[in-house]
Amino acid sequence: MRAAHFCHACGKVQPPLPVNYFAFFGMPRKLNIDVARLEQEFYELSRKLHPDLNARAEKREQEWSLEQSSLLNDAYRTLKDSIKRTEYLLRLEGVELEEQSKSATEQARATGEIKKQVVPPDLLEEVFDLNMQLEGLRAHKKLGEDDPALIEEVGRQKLELEQKYEAQLDELKGYWNEWDKAVDAGDEADQRQARDKMVDALNRRNYIRNLVRTVEEVLED
Amino acid sequence: MNSDRIVGIDLGTTNSLVAFMQGERPVVIPGEDGVNLVPSVVALDENDQVLVGNAAREYLIETPERAVYSIKRLMGRGVEDIREELKLFPFQLAEDLQAGEVIRIKLGDKTFTPPEISAFILRQLKRNAERFFNAPVSQAVITVPAYFNDAQRQATKDAGRIAGLEVLRLVNEPTAASLAYGLDKRPNGIVAVYDLGGGTFDVSILKLHDGIFEVVATNGDTHLGGDDIDNLLIRIALDDIRGDMNLDVSRNGEAVATIRKAVIEAKIRLSEDSSTTIEIDLPSGGHYARKITRDQFEQLIQPIIDRTVGPCKQALKDAGLNPAQIDEVVLVGGSTRIPKVRALVEELFQRKPHTDLNPDEVVVLGAAVQANILSGGSEATENMLLLDVTPLSLGIEVAGGVTDKIILRNSTIPASATQHYTTQVDGQANVAIHVLQGERELAKDCRSLARFDLKGIPPMPAGIPRVEVKFLIDANGILHVSAREQRSGKKAEIEVQPSYGLTDEQVESMILDSFDAAEEDFRQRQVIEARNEAGTILAALDKGRKSPAWGQLTTDEKKKISKLEKALNEVKGEDDYQAIRTAIDALNQGTMRLAELMMDRAVSSVLKGKTMDQADLGEGPEAPHPVAKAEFE
Repeated sequence: MRAAHFCHACGKVQPPLPVNYFAFFGMPRKLNIDVARLEQEFYELSRKLHPDLNARAEKREQEWSLEQSSLLNDAYRTLKDSIKRTEYLLRLEGVELEEQSKSATEQARATGEIKKQVVPPDLLEEVFDLNMQLEGLRAHKKLGEDDPALIEEVGRQKLELEQKYEAQLDELKGYWNEWDKAVDAGDEADQRQARDKMVDALNRRNYIRNLVRTVEEVLED
Repeated sequence: MNSDRIVGIDLGTTNSLVAFMQGERPVVIPGEDGVNLVPSVVALDENDQVLVGNAAREYLIETPERAVYSIKRLMGRGVEDIREELKLFPFQLAEDLQAGEVIRIKLGDKTFTPPEISAFILRQLKRNAERFFNAPVSQAVITVPAYFNDAQRQATKDAGRIAGLEVLRLVNEPTAASLAYGLDKRPNGIVAVYDLGGGTFDVSILKLHDGIFEVVATNGDTHLGGDDIDNLLIRIALDDIRGDMNLDVSRNGEAVATIRKAVIEAKIRLSEDSSTTIEIDLPSGGHYARKITRDQFEQLIQPIIDRTVGPCKQALKDAGLNPAQIDEVVLVGGSTRIPKVRALVEELFQRKPHTDLNPDEVVVLGAAVQANILSGGSEATENMLLLDVTPLSLGIEVAGGVTDKIILRNSTIPASATQHYTTQVDGQANVAIHVLQGERELAKDCRSLARFDLKGIPPMPAGIPRVEVKFLIDANGILHVSAREQRSGKKAEIEVQPSYGLTDEQVESMILDSFDAAEEDFRQRQVIEARNEAGTILAALDKGRKSPAWGQLTTDEKKKISKLEKALNEVKGEDDYQAIRTAIDALNQGTMRLAELMMDRAVSSVLKGKTMDQADLGEGPEAPHPVAKAEFE
C-alpha cells in the first residue's frame, strides 16, 4: 500500500491519492496500534517525501512532495494521539462528533446559539450540585467576599472530575479492543455497537473536560 | 554560474553572517575586512550611497539620522505594532505613511521599508560570498526566529528577493543551531535550544533520532533580547545625566548613540569582570561615569531575562516533557554569554548547558548545513533531515468574532487542514474569510494575517452552501489558503498577502533597481578588483626595479618582465576582468625570482616561492591583495 507514494520504476514521489490516514500508512482501520512502529514508518517516509530532499526535483515533483509530506504529517499527528485517532476513525465511520473545543463553546456563547450538550445521566446529580456551588462562588466574588470552605469544596470536586477524566481514557481503550475484534471478525453489528460506545465515552470525556475548564475559570476569576 | 552553491545566511538583529559547506564542514565567509560578523547596520552617506556593517556603524554615532540598526525588530509589523518600540529606538518614520501601508524608515532624505533595509544587509553578505567564491551567488537559506509569524517570514523572504537572492528555505534559528550541534556528534535524545539574541528569544525542544531533527515544541518572544538590556541601561544613564548634570540629552540622537555604544561595551565587560565603569564623553561636552557591579547589573536585568522562563515552561509542557527528560541544552545568541542567563538556563533545565559552540556563529553554520541538504547533501549530511513545526496556531474568524483554529501550534510542517463553513443569511453571495494567527480565543486578540472574499456563491438558503477552506503551511512556515464553495464549485485561491506586507508588484519594483544590475554589478566589481590588483603588482614592480635585487636578474629575465608588464598595462584599461587576471598571473609568475631575491634580502632565505606583491615588505596593508573597496549602488 505504501508503495503507492512512489513510482514503481524510478522511486520518485507521486501525486497523493485521496486516501484516509490509516490507508496512507498501509494500516487497517483498527485502534490498537504500535506507536513506536508508526514513528519509524513516519521517519522512513519523511526521508523520502520531505520537500528538503526533493528540492532539486522538477517543479511538479516538488509540489507533489509538499502535498505528500503535509499529508504524511497530518496523518502521523492524528494517528499517534489516542484521542485524535479515535475521533478520526469515528468520523470515517460517519459519526458527527459534537464540537467541544473551547472556541466552539465561545462561539456558541457569543452567538447565542444553543449548543447540543447532553449531560451524561450518571453525572446529572453531581453537575447540578456543582453548578449551584459555582453560582454561590460567583455571587460571593461579585460582592468581594471570600468563602474558603466553598473554594475548598469546589477544588475537591475539580480533583474528582480530573480523575474521572483520566479514567475515561481507560474505558475508551476497552472499546478499542471490542472494535478491533469486530473488525477482525468482520462483524458489522459488533462494530456499530463498539462505535456507539466510543461516541458516548468521548462525549462524556469532553463534557467532563469542559466542566473542569468552567471550574478553573470560576476559581481563577 | 554555479547554481549548486547555496549559502546559509543568519540575518540577525545585531549581526549578520554568511556561511557555506566547504567539503564536510560548514565555514563562515568573512567580509573584506576579514571579520565574520557583519553588523546589521545600514547607513546612507552624503552621496546617498548605501553602506552596510562596520562602515555604517560610524554613522550611528556621527549622523544617526542617516543610519538604522536592529531593523529585524520592525520586519513584518505595522505602525501601531511598533509605537512602543519607536520610543526606545531613534528611528524616524516617513511622514507620509498611510494607514495599513508598510512602514518606511527615513535615512537622510530617502525612505526605505524594513525588507529593503534588510536587503541591503543581504546584498552585502551576497557580495562577501561572491568575492570569496569569485562567482555569482543567487540562492540562499535564511534563518528566522522560530517564533516569527507569517508576516515576519514573508517580509524576510521579500528581503531576499529584493537582494537578488532566491530564498530556497527559511529555517528557524534554534533548529539551525541544532543542526550545527548535531553535525559531528550525531546524538540521539532530547535537546533543548535556548536562543537569546539581540532582539528575539526562541526556545525549541527537539528529538534527535538517527539524523532526524524533529522539533517537538517551540516557543518564544520576537521582542526580547540584548537590545532590551541596552535600552534599560540607556534609560538609567539618561536619568543620571538629567539628575546629576541637569542635561536632557534624550532627544539628541548623537548623544544617545554615544551612550548606547558605552553601555553595550560595559554590558560585555560585565560577563568577565565583577564590576566596570560606564564612561561617556557627551558630544555636547561633559563627562559621565558610573560604576556598576555585576550584582547590580544582574538585579537590573532580572525582569528581562525572567521573561524567557514562561516560554521555556510552555515549550516543555507542549512537548509533554519535564526538565529531567532533556538530555542536552544548547545555548545560542550573544546574550547567552551573560553568566546570569546561563545560571537561569541551568536552573530551568536542571543541567549545565552546552557551551562549546560559538553562540554568534552556530546559527549560520546550521544554515549552511541545511543549504547543503537542499543541494542534495554530502557525506557529512547524509541522512540528516529537519522536521520543523509551526510556532503559532492558524485559524479563521467565525461568527461572534471567535477564532476557529485550523492548524494548531507545534504541528510538524508542511501541514494542511480543511474546514467547512456555511452562510448565515439566505442568498448570501459572498463569504468573508479572515485569516488569523495566534493562540487567543477571540479574533481581535490574534494577529490578522489576511482578509479575502469568496465571491459569487449562487443564491442558496442560509446554511446550505458548503465552503471548504484549505490551509497549507509549506516547509518555510508560510501559509497558503484556498477556499471553495463545494456545491457550486466556486473557487477563490489566495496567496496570503500579510496585512503589513509588500505586494508582489512592490517587491518586483524594488528588485529592479538591484537585481537587473546584479550580473553587471558582479562583472564591474570584478573589473575594478582586478584593476586594483594590477595597480598593486605594477607598483611593487616599480619598487623592485629600484632594489638591488633587480641587478641580480639576467638580461633575459629583465626583458621578459618588461614584456609582461607592458601586456598588463595594455589590458588593464579594458573591461575584460579575465584578461586582466591572466596578465596579472603571468607577471606574477615572471617576477617570481625577483620576488625571491627581494625576500632573501629583506629577511632570511626561509621565505621562498612568494610572488611579487607579497614580497614587497614595505609599507601597506597586510592583506595579500590590498584591493581598494569597490562599492557602488
